[in-house]
Amino acid sequence: MLNLTGKRFWFIIISGILMLVSLVSLISLGLKRGVEFSSGSMLTVNFEEELTQQEVEQALGELGYSDSIVQQTQPTGNYIIRTHVLDENEQTQLKISLQERLGNFAGEFSFRRVSPMIATETSRSASIAVAVAALGILLYVTWAFRRMPKPFHYGTCAIVALVHDALIALGVFSIFGAILGWEINLMFITGILAVIGYSVNNTVVIFDRIRENLILGISPDFETVVNRSVVDTMARSLNTSLTTLVVVLALLLFVGASIQNFVIVLIIGIIAGTFSSVFFAPMLLLVWDRNEWKNFWRWLSFRRVTS
Amino acid sequence: MRRNTLTLIIILVLFISSVLALLFPVLGRQGMRLGLDLQGGLHILYEADLSSVEPGTEDEIIEGVMGVLGNRINPLGVTEPVIQRQGEDRILVELPGLSITDREKERLARVAVLEFGETAAQGEEAKWENELGRWKPATAEVNGEVKELTSRYFRQNTYVSPSQAGGVDLVFEWDAEGRVLSEQITGRLLGQRLGIFEGDTAVMGEDGRPIAPVVQNVITEGGRITGLSFTEANSLSQQLNAGRLPVSLSVLSDETVSPTLGANFINQSILAGVIGLVLVMLFMILYYRLPGALASLTLVFYGALVLALFKMIPVTLTLAGLGGFILSIGMAVDANVLIFERMKEELRSGRTVGAAIEAGFNRAWNAIRDANITTFIVCLILIWIGSTIDAGAPVQGFGLTLLVGVGVSMFTAILVTRTFMRLSVHTGLANRISLFSPEVRKK
Repeated sequence: MLNLTGKRFWFIIISGILMLVSLVSLISLGLKRGVEFSSGSMLTVNFEEELTQQEVEQALGELGYSDSIVQQTQPTGNYIIRTHVLDENEQTQLKISLQERLGNFAGEFSFRRVSPMIATETSRSASIAVAVAALGILLYVTWAFRRMPKPFHYGTCAIVALVHDALIALGVFSIFGAILGWEINLMFITGILAVIGYSVNNTVVIFDRIRENLILGISPDFETVVNRSVVDTMARSLNTSLTTLVVVLALLLFVGASIQNFVIVLIIGIIAGTFSSVFFAPMLLLVWDRNEWKNFWRWLSFRRVTS
Repeated sequence: MRRNTLTLIIILVLFISSVLALLFPVLGRQGMRLGLDLQGGLHILYEADLSSVEPGTEDEIIEGVMGVLGNRINPLGVTEPVIQRQGEDRILVELPGLSITDREKERLARVAVLEFGETAAQGEEAKWENELGRWKPATAEVNGEVKELTSRYFRQNTYVSPSQAGGVDLVFEWDAEGRVLSEQITGRLLGQRLGIFEGDTAVMGEDGRPIAPVVQNVITEGGRITGLSFTEANSLSQQLNAGRLPVSLSVLSDETVSPTLGANFINQSILAGVIGLVLVMLFMILYYRLPGALASLTLVFYGALVLALFKMIPVTLTLAGLGGFILSIGMAVDANVLIFERMKEELRSGRTVGAAIEAGFNRAWNAIRDANITTFIVCLILIWIGSTIDAGAPVQGFGLTLLVGVGVSMFTAILVTRTFMRLSVHTGLANRISLFSPEVRKK
C-alpha cells in the first residue's frame, strides 16, 4: 500500500508554503476591488448615432475612464457606463466629453451613484459569513466525531484545511489581480463561500473513514489507520473533484465573462480543496495526535542543513 | 422484490410529475421565477428618513411606505415585484422585466398622501383623468390662503370598520384645519362627486372602479370611505397613519438590467449544464460500468426533480443560482461515487454482488450524511447573509440552489440508485460481475 503518511512533513510544508505565499501576496498586493464591489457611479445614456460597444469603451478609455464597465441595454442604443465614484462636477464633465466625442445624447439619461456604504456592508457581511460558517463547521465536526478520543482535533483540522483553500484562492486572485487586473466582485465572494463548503465536504469524507477504521480496529497504530483511510478514499476524492471540475469548466467555457470570477475561484478552490483534504488535513491530524511538532521543526532544520 | 417494484413505481411517478411540472404551469406560473439579472428589470434600494419620526412607530411607518410603493407599482403590470424591508430604514424594490423612465422611478418614491378632487370644469386644467371624468384638486380658502384638501389633514387615527352595506369602511377624522377646509368644500360640492386620489391615480374600490362618492351632506368632523376591499382599506389605513408624516425616501442604489442580456445568459447556462451533464455521465459509465450507467439515469431524474422543485418552491433563479445548480450536478454524483467505491471494495473482499451493493450503501451512509450536513451549514449561512445585504440576491440564490441540489442528491443516491441496482441484481444483469467492476474480473 502507498505510504503517504510517511511523507507527512513534506505535505505539510507544501501547504504551509502555499499558504504563506498567498498571505504575503494578499498583504503586499491586496485585492483589486471591482466597481460593483466597492462603489461607483452609473451613467445610462442613449446616443443619437448608432455606436458599437467597442466605440464607447474606446472613447471612455481615451477620456481616462479605462476602469469603467460598459453594458449595452434595451432599447438598442442604451448604454450603462459604470465608473468609479464621480462627484457632481466630474459627472457633468464626463457627459460633456462623451457628447463631444460620440455625438449628442438622445432622450433621457440617468446618473446614479452607488453608495459606498453598501460596499462596506457587503465586505463585512462576507467576513461574518466566513467566521460563522467556520464556527458552525467546527461545532458540527467536533460533535460528529464526539466518540473519537480527540474530537476537537478533527474539527480544528477541517477548519485549517478550509482556511488553506480560501487563502490560496484569495492569494491566487491577488497575484492575478496585480498581473492581469482581475477584479473581485460579489460573485467572487460567493465563489469563496462555495469553496469553503466544498472543502469541508471533502475533508469530512476522509475523516469519516478514519473514524470507521478506528472503530473497526484495523490497526492499533494511528498512522496506519490514517494512511489506510486516505488511500481507501483516494479514488473517491479524485473522481468527485474530476466530475465537479468538468461541470465547472463547462460553466467557464459557455457562460463566460459575467461569472468568470466565480468559476475561476471555484476551480482554484476545488484543486486546493482536493489537495488539502487528501494530503494536508489528515496529516495535520496525525502530527497533532502524536504531538510531533518538535520532530517537524527538527526535520525542517535538518533539511536546511543538508540542502 | 415487491418493495423494490413499489419504490420504482414511486420514482417513476415522481419523475413524470417533475417533467409535467416543468412543462405545464404550476400555481399559475409557466416558467421558472427568474432573478433580475436573467429577466432584466429594475432594482432600487431606498433609505427612509426616520429622523423626524416618533420612536416606536418606525415599523408602522415603513410598512405604510411599502404599501404605497406596492400601490404605485401594481399599475405598472410587473408580475412579481419584490418590496422588502432591509434593516431598520431601508426598502428594497425589485421590478423584474420592467423598464421605466426616470420620472416614473422618481414617482415611486413620493411621500404617501391621499388627495381629494372635484370635477374640473370645461377648459380648466385637470390633474387627474379617469372613467368618471376630469378632476382638479378640491380647494378652499383658510385665512386667505388657498389650500388643497388632502390626507395631510387626517388625524393619525384612521381605522377600518364594518359598513352597513356589509363591506368595510375606512374611517377618518379631520384635524382642526381639515375641518374648516372640509366644511367649505363639501358644502360647495353637495350632490357632486368627490374623487379620492393617490399620486397620479384614483383610489380603486373592491369593484375595480375609482372611489368617488357623491357628497350627501356637509362633512365637518370626519368621514367614511366606502367600497374598498378589506385588504385595501386596511393597507390604506396603515398608509395614511404613516403617510401623514413626512417620511421621504432617498435612493441609495439602483440598477437596470436589459432583458436580452438575461435571455442570453439563460441559453448559455442551459448549454453549459447539458454539456456538463453529458460529460459527467460519460465519465461515470466509462469508470463504473453498469452502476455508472444507473447513476447517470439517476442524474437525469435528479435534474428533473431539482428543476421542478425550483419552480414550485419557487426559487428565484439568478445567474449565480444557475451556477450553483450546475455545480450541484458535479456534486450530486459524489454520493454515488462514495457508494460505488465502497461496493468495489466489498466486491474485492469476495462478497456477492447483491451483498456488496447493500454493504456499499450502508457503509457509505455516514460519510454522505456528515459531508452533506457541513455543506448544508454553509448553504444556510449563505442564504442568511445574502438576505442581509443589498444586491445579495446572487449569494442567496447560490446558497438556495446548492441547498436544494445537495438535499435532492442525497435522496436520489440513497433511494433511486439503490433501487435501480437492486432491480438489476434481480434481473440477472448482476451475474456478470465484470459489469460492476472490471478490476475484479482481472484478478
